[in-house]
Amino acid sequence: MANSAEVDKSIYYVPDSGWYPVFLAFGLMLMVTGLAGWLNDVSAGGTGDATQSTVGFAIVALVLYFWFAKVVEENTAGLNNESLKRSYVWGMGWFIFSEVMFFAAFFGALFYVRAFVVPWLGGEGDKGITNYLWPTFEAAWPVVQNPDPELFVNPVQSMAAPGVTDVSAWGAYLPFYNTVILLSSSVTVHFAHDAIKAQNRNKLIGWLGLTVLLGAIFLVLQVAEYVHAYNDLGLTLGSGIYGSTFFILTGFHGFHVTLGTFMLLIQLFRALKGHFSENDCFGFEASSWYWHFVDVVWVGLFIFVYVV
Amino acid sequence: MSEVIHADHHDDHAHGPAKGLKRWLFTTNHKDIGTLYLWFSFAMFLVGGVLALVIRAELFQPGLQFVQPEFFNQMTTNHGLIMVFGAIMPAFVGLANWLIPMQVGAPDMALPRMNNLSFWILPFAFGMMISTLFMEGGGPNFGWTFYAPLSTTYAPPSVTYFIFAVHLMGASSIMGSINIIATILNMRAPGMTLMKMPMFVWTWLITAYLLIAVMPVLAGAVTMMLFDIHFDTSFFNAAGGGDPVMFQHIFWFFGHPEVYIMILPAFGIVSHIIPAFARKRLFGYTSMVYAVASIAFLSFIVWAHHMFTVGMPLAGQLFFMYSTMLIAVPTGVKVFNWIATMWRGSMTFETPMLFAIAFVVLFTMGGFSGLMLAITPVDYQYHDTYFVVAHFHYVLVPGALFSIIAAVYFWFPKWTGKMYDETLGKIHFWLSFVGVNVTFFPQHFSGLAGMPRRIPDYPLQFADFNMISSVGAFIFGLSQVFFLYVIIKAIRSGQPAADRSWEGAKGLEWTLPSPAPYHSFTHPPAVKDEEVLG
Repeated sequence: MANSAEVDKSIYYVPDSGWYPVFLAFGLMLMVTGLAGWLNDVSAGGTGDATQSTVGFAIVALVLYFWFAKVVEENTAGLNNESLKRSYVWGMGWFIFSEVMFFAAFFGALFYVRAFVVPWLGGEGDKGITNYLWPTFEAAWPVVQNPDPELFVNPVQSMAAPGVTDVSAWGAYLPFYNTVILLSSSVTVHFAHDAIKAQNRNKLIGWLGLTVLLGAIFLVLQVAEYVHAYNDLGLTLGSGIYGSTFFILTGFHGFHVTLGTFMLLIQLFRALKGHFSENDCFGFEASSWYWHFVDVVWVGLFIFVYVV
Repeated sequence: MSEVIHADHHDDHAHGPAKGLKRWLFTTNHKDIGTLYLWFSFAMFLVGGVLALVIRAELFQPGLQFVQPEFFNQMTTNHGLIMVFGAIMPAFVGLANWLIPMQVGAPDMALPRMNNLSFWILPFAFGMMISTLFMEGGGPNFGWTFYAPLSTTYAPPSVTYFIFAVHLMGASSIMGSINIIATILNMRAPGMTLMKMPMFVWTWLITAYLLIAVMPVLAGAVTMMLFDIHFDTSFFNAAGGGDPVMFQHIFWFFGHPEVYIMILPAFGIVSHIIPAFARKRLFGYTSMVYAVASIAFLSFIVWAHHMFTVGMPLAGQLFFMYSTMLIAVPTGVKVFNWIATMWRGSMTFETPMLFAIAFVVLFTMGGFSGLMLAITPVDYQYHDTYFVVAHFHYVLVPGALFSIIAAVYFWFPKWTGKMYDETLGKIHFWLSFVGVNVTFFPQHFSGLAGMPRRIPDYPLQFADFNMISSVGAFIFGLSQVFFLYVIIKAIRSGQPAADRSWEGAKGLEWTLPSPAPYHSFTHPPAVKDEEVLG
């Protein structure tokens, strides 16, 4: 279409109209309404039907595939000017900021619970009169004795880290290994970036492949940790505020690691296809920023959910 | 420069937009998308307005007349949600789409495809939300603030749809904001330094920042609700060590910046209109920019003034009282500057100017009642009364909404190339002005006398004020239908408008022909001093 015939394309980017956005919006709607119906049905005692949300998800995934393929294709064809590339940088940066604020909501909940709610329920501090509700409740973190254990079954044990000096216990502590793995993967993805700058494709593929592998190992260990929590420790989403904050923080982090691994995997495929040059590798860079972001979130998690 | 643009755009007419429905579904053009946003928000405004009229009809007399309390709760809840997320916010985004590329001298938004996505999510999200009203158990009935446990333990099953609708709206707002920030930071014409940007662009830059900062927090809040409802977590349940008050903290950490999201672009609009009709430069441009930035900063540290009565430690109450009062300082700077702009100006009073002046006066009244509410000990008396309802309607209706209407009248000639009928515009203004005050001013009195909000019935002593209020609401509602008539008449048979439709108007958009060409600026224009606002 000739929409943009007169616009100076070396300065401005005005893409032709396209079907992706409206289909993506439709797919999203299908997905979440299906999900809502499913959840409601299960909560009401039904078996639930995931068909609609699956179809919605498939539409979303397909449209995203075509959309990103189109963007890559336009870039390969040299249609993207400097201005658009700067817009992508701003866009990704602000997107990551929005993700930071998403986690801030959950961290905020964790801090508020630990600093105010639990002490107050236990009878300490300004609003300690709340203790009147459950007089036997004693404030402690992690909360393994819930105010009302009949409604929220106590976990057998929390995920809290062993004492600092207890070296042998750390050797068997899964989150410690996950921390090492994720921190290393931030370094390997940096080496992959260096390899692009040095125009060494084999090194890029090696380091990027290693990063994806580390991400996958992290996820496997995370699943193992959840299985351990549910089966051995009796720690579930329903075991009070400790389980709630633990699973929502680590769970959404794990979800973001999954996304990040997937993004890096796509960059790996692109690298194998011969994309990226030392001046033009924004897809890779954006994914690596995202990866550093999930890494930083994990550090916060490790400190405030597991150790402190 | 403007001759060059003219020459370019004569060719452009040969290539206009695609035809038919596809144009609107598939468009990547900022003007098409702006138009979609504006019409969508107007449709939502009418839907939300009908819900408001159901409320006012019920409250016309004491006793239950038309609806049951359960349904009444759904009306107040959905009225609030639709007006905030469906009418006011999309209208401002629509104005941003139309105006920001023209005002910074760009052909379009920075990320046009994502722009289309941001819009098209909204009809689906609101389709979901409004459909809950017809579901078993009814729609959201827990107030637009959806406090837990009303929205978790005691919510109707449709709350799950509501939660996902909020997720979608949040995604739309975040993408829209990212687009606006990228456009402003990246696509300004050479020579347009930050401190030469039009005020509307400045206010939207800061608004977009607020949106990106707080919409994810809202997403987090509804996600925790979802988990409490379906996955047995206890974030907002004290029996498991959580706290329902924590919901309020998280909600208002979003909610207070949110109310500034709905007023900062209004500040920008008024800062364009008043100088244009006073035929003077905007007084104190720099201080206007810093005032907006200060208000945005303060908006993050005042949230708990919405919850003085929940039982906070004294230190918290004092902190939030003082930080809230601080907001009056930058806001006062702005009001002072608008008045100083008018001082000894060559004033004329066309419709946009009337709405802008009404904005300054009535918004300031809303601000003053806000100051009253900020005082913790007296808030114990005002909390959850009609005084609060009067307060926030004064800042939202003659505040945010009047600024949107003013903007539509002001830039309408630029968008369509046609002029509205000035007489009809003035009639619309006076009807709105009278209607809004008759509706909301008496609510100050009933609130101070102790009438609680969100109830379908009330003691006899409040009958007179409520009757007046209901009459005003119907006047106001009908005058907005009249607005629709004024606009449609102007689109169909308005007189042709000049390129600079208002002689005192400044800014790059007025250097373009009217109607503005499909791609506003195909080459970066020169930014001349006489087009700079401050």
